[in-house]
Amino acid sequence: MKYIDEFRARDLAHGLAAAIAREAAPSRAYHIMEFCGGHTHAIFRYGVHDLMPSNVRFVHGPGCPVCVLPIGRIDNALELAETHGAIVCSYGDMMRVPASKRRSLLKARAEGADVRMIYSTLDALKIARENPSRQVVLFAIGFETTTPPTAVALKQAAAERLENFSVFCNHVLTPAAIQHILDSPEVREIGSVPIDGFLGPSHVSSVIGSRPYEFFAEEFQRPVVIAGFEPVDVMQATLMVIRQLNEGRYEVENEYARVVTRDGNTKAQALVADVFELRPSFEWRGLGHVPYSALRIKDAYANLDAERRFGVETKPSRDAKSCECPSILRGAKKPTDCKLFGTVCTPENPIGSCMVSSEGACAAYWTYGRFRQESGAGKGAREAAE
Amino acid sequence: MCLAMPAQVVSLDVQRETATVALGPVRKEISIALLEEVAIGDYVLVHVGFALHKLSPEEAERTLSMMREAGENPERELAEGDRP
Ligand code: SF4
Repeated sequence: MKYIDEFRARDLAHGLAAAIAREAAPSRAYHIMEFCGGHTHAIFRYGVHDLMPSNVRFVHGPGCPVCVLPIGRIDNALELAETHGAIVCSYGDMMRVPASKRRSLLKARAEGADVRMIYSTLDALKIARENPSRQVVLFAIGFETTTPPTAVALKQAAAERLENFSVFCNHVLTPAAIQHILDSPEVREIGSVPIDGFLGPSHVSSVIGSRPYEFFAEEFQRPVVIAGFEPVDVMQATLMVIRQLNEGRYEVENEYARVVTRDGNTKAQALVADVFELRPSFEWRGLGHVPYSALRIKDAYANLDAERRFGVETKPSRDAKSCECPSILRGAKKPTDCKLFGTVCTPENPIGSCMVSSEGACAAYWTYGRFRQESGAGKGAREAAE
Repeated sequence: MCLAMPAQVVSLDVQRETATVALGPVRKEISIALLEEVAIGDYVLVHVGFALHKLSPEEAERTLSMMREAGENPERELAEGDRP
């Protein structure tokens, strides 16, 4: 398909691999954090990893919206369906993520709760129109790409005076998470997570533009190259980061210029600003409480806010014991460092969120077989299963 | 979750703020509520049922030629680099 196939071309990939091998100085290492799970997925699916010289390393970041939502918020969604009897509408990726006591939306549905999988926020509005006697809650999650569609649904519901519709808002902000990682002691002081540069988000940046990253590049003196999600996009952007590091530059560059501009989608930004405001603090799985890192619904739309309508309270919750998702999301550990990886925890039977979403690092390692070289345990379990 | 696909607009319903796009052989109705302006024939990035942004064919071509250039064989690049 146009604008996909060209960016998966083998000859371009080989040319770029050769250029990276030529330009990466053997005397130093290049640790490049790909913030987005979409990049993690592309790196493993197309084996970009294997085309890199050994001193060019990808550090996987927390940019998987499903992975970073803390268990307490999924418990809240379950309560909305089970205690309050609401129809809870969720994107498919969220359905299998383990909540407390290893429950999930999917399990709740099997036990009789009314949980519906939606493709678009507008599907949730339709369900609300068709079920006027029921409460319908949109379980809204995701980074800046899914926030504008939620804003459109809220405005539409307000215009239609859809009284049985509300939104359980869990939208989070990419720049706040990047800053938090760069500020963390692991990166700043201890240096246990070396990050020399970033591959910046693709689709998030189509909405927010490249401007928000200018601050990090300057403040933390790290190159940021916004990269598309296709394999040769990732490789070209990696080459651009390497060149910046070689030349001692730390700038924001844009490899994904076919979609991303400096200002982004201003219409979408205005819609979001109209409906949402910053939360003073929000908990992320792996990162803990991050100030001003998430959005909540403004007072003007309070009657469409599920948290207020149902008095939602989020209790602290702990991740499954031995699950290393929190450290993996910070880039401090790899999936193969987890005792459960590939033995107890597999995509069919996930213990942590990183194994559920196709953008999670554990799922990417498992699906595309990185573990074969790295983990005897994973290999044994898989062979036993086959 | 963050997957998005470039798709071509084949018809528009400006009143309802929707468009039909072609994703290879598949036709799909999406919302264009987030776009300032869009025309039939444009490529847009489709994500969770919404067009997030238009795609620029000129920039796509520029990126591809940048990639081709980077992949050119090293002898030739060296020779160019050697030029004063
Ligand atoms: S392999 Fe499973 S248990 Fe281990 S960190 Fe990944 S998701 Fe958690």
